[in-house]
Amino acid sequence: MTWQAEVLCDGTATGEVLCLEAPISFWGGISAESARVTLAGHPQHNQSVAGKILFVPQLVGSSSSSAVLLELIYKGRAPRALVLSSRDAILPVGVLVARQMGWGGLPVLLLANPPVKTGELVAIREGGLLLRGGA
Amino acid sequence: MRLSEEERGILAGNLGTEGTRMALEIVVQAARLLGADSLVPVEGAHIDGCLYHGPSGTLFAERLQAAGARVAVPATTNVGALNLLKPDQSRLRGEARKMAYRLMVAHEKMGCRPSWTCAPYQAGARPRLGQQVAWGESNAVAFCNSVLGARTNRYGDFLDIACAITGRAPHYGLHVGSNRFADLVLDVSGLPDAIQASDVFAAVLGAFAGVAAGARICAVTGWRVAPDEDDLKAFCAAAAASGAVGLIHVVGVTPEAPDLDSALGGVPPRDVVPVTTALLEQAARRLSRATGPGVDAVALGSPHFSEAECDTLLELARGRAFKVPVYVCLGRHTLERLRAADKDRQLEDLGVEFVVDTCVVVTPILPGQRGTLMTNSAKFAHYAKGNTGYMPAFGSLADCVASAQRGHVVQSGALWG
Repeated sequence: MTWQAEVLCDGTATGEVLCLEAPISFWGGISAESARVTLAGHPQHNQSVAGKILFVPQLVGSSSSSAVLLELIYKGRAPRALVLSSRDAILPVGVLVARQMGWGGLPVLLLANPPVKTGELVAIREGGLLLRGGA
Repeated sequence: MRLSEEERGILAGNLGTEGTRMALEIVVQAARLLGADSLVPVEGAHIDGCLYHGPSGTLFAERLQAAGARVAVPATTNVGALNLLKPDQSRLRGEARKMAYRLMVAHEKMGCRPSWTCAPYQAGARPRLGQQVAWGESNAVAFCNSVLGARTNRYGDFLDIACAITGRAPHYGLHVGSNRFADLVLDVSGLPDAIQASDVFAAVLGAFAGVAAGARICAVTGWRVAPDEDDLKAFCAAAAASGAVGLIHVVGVTPEAPDLDSALGGVPPRDVVPVTTALLEQAARRLSRATGPGVDAVALGSPHFSEAECDTLLELARGRAFKVPVYVCLGRHTLERLRAADKDRQLEDLGVEFVVDTCVVVTPILPGQRGTLMTNSAKFAHYAKGNTGYMPAFGSLADCVASAQRGHVVQSGALWG
């Protein structure tokens, strides 16, 4: 199965899916040190987003979230890709800055109601094509 | 993307400094991914990128500054990670403290006004109705759009300084008048006066509204007990912490909502939610996660406490000292006014510790990493556990004072039966 997502920041990635099951703010919700979800009461509390294809249902809260994402990229603890359900002005800017600083980056895609589950293997091709099974 | 000749010149490196080119590239790329087809001139900015999250942000700000970037419009700074008047107050040490300080300095060197406050609108930065600006800091964005009627999107770290340097922002979202209408109505008219007049009403309603609205624009109708500016501050901060709220109309109060029809743009709402006492009680309970009766510290001032709030605190305390530390987070401009009236000393004598330039949930100031933190701020309550390890207990300012004086959680009033 494949899906076409809208590209916010282009790139490729393969990895295991982690679906966040509640809205999150990266600042105050995910540790810039450990990459773990720190928000009290969040369904994915204490899970690490590092190296995951991270599906985010809704971004809320802090405008510092771009800084947390930049720091995760700088430290090599970022997700391999972000798939957002709604357009966001904050998070992708962390990726733009990382690329400008020469620290690499990660694909950021926009896809409403993504049909994937935590633990599945997924591949992302340039141009926003998502493939289940990582093929 | 429609770019002016000047903008194309800057991007090509023929005009302005390398720092300006870097900043414009960020603004243009962000505009593309947001679906904007042009840039809009902005007349002011509030910069959220001065808070230290790790070396990366400092390295970026210093790269911009070294490349000659200077702000093109008046720009205030949000909180940093250090109280510059009392650097040891934060437990950041060694390299982290140095880098946090360098980040703040880099912003000053780029020409920002060092206001170091999350309530710039109470420190003189008050853009006019309809004025285009680029603000970061979620509570400030919501206040700027809703209460002042100026126009900004929720700008994240880096894009805010890039907009300030270029004097431009992506032309989309809340910069465009036709995108500023509500499609969700929260009707609070059925709530009894006792609830509406409660000191925590604005914050709890905000916390509820953020969850109900998500990223949508909502209009609140039926708020009979006229909120003052500190109520609106608490309301906006709560809504922007629990939701992705950038604009929230209060019918009859905020400037773009003289009546419901204006707030809706003449179009019937998609959803109307009658807000009940039960819904608000639920929202209030979500803000209190502490389980035991004890209180280890009280935190006030997210967003930064105003002079009026300090006065109320002083009145409520009636000279009875606090058994646990009470942290009052505020801007230097407010502390200076307290000092002029000798109120700072009176508060310190009760057991208040002032925190300027920063606050207790963004940098390690609270002793240890667990305990119960009493607060009247929905925003502190929202972030306390994740950022400090403390479990929040939420209540009115009077509850906070009583809790600090007795050393255990006191929650009184309408929303707690």
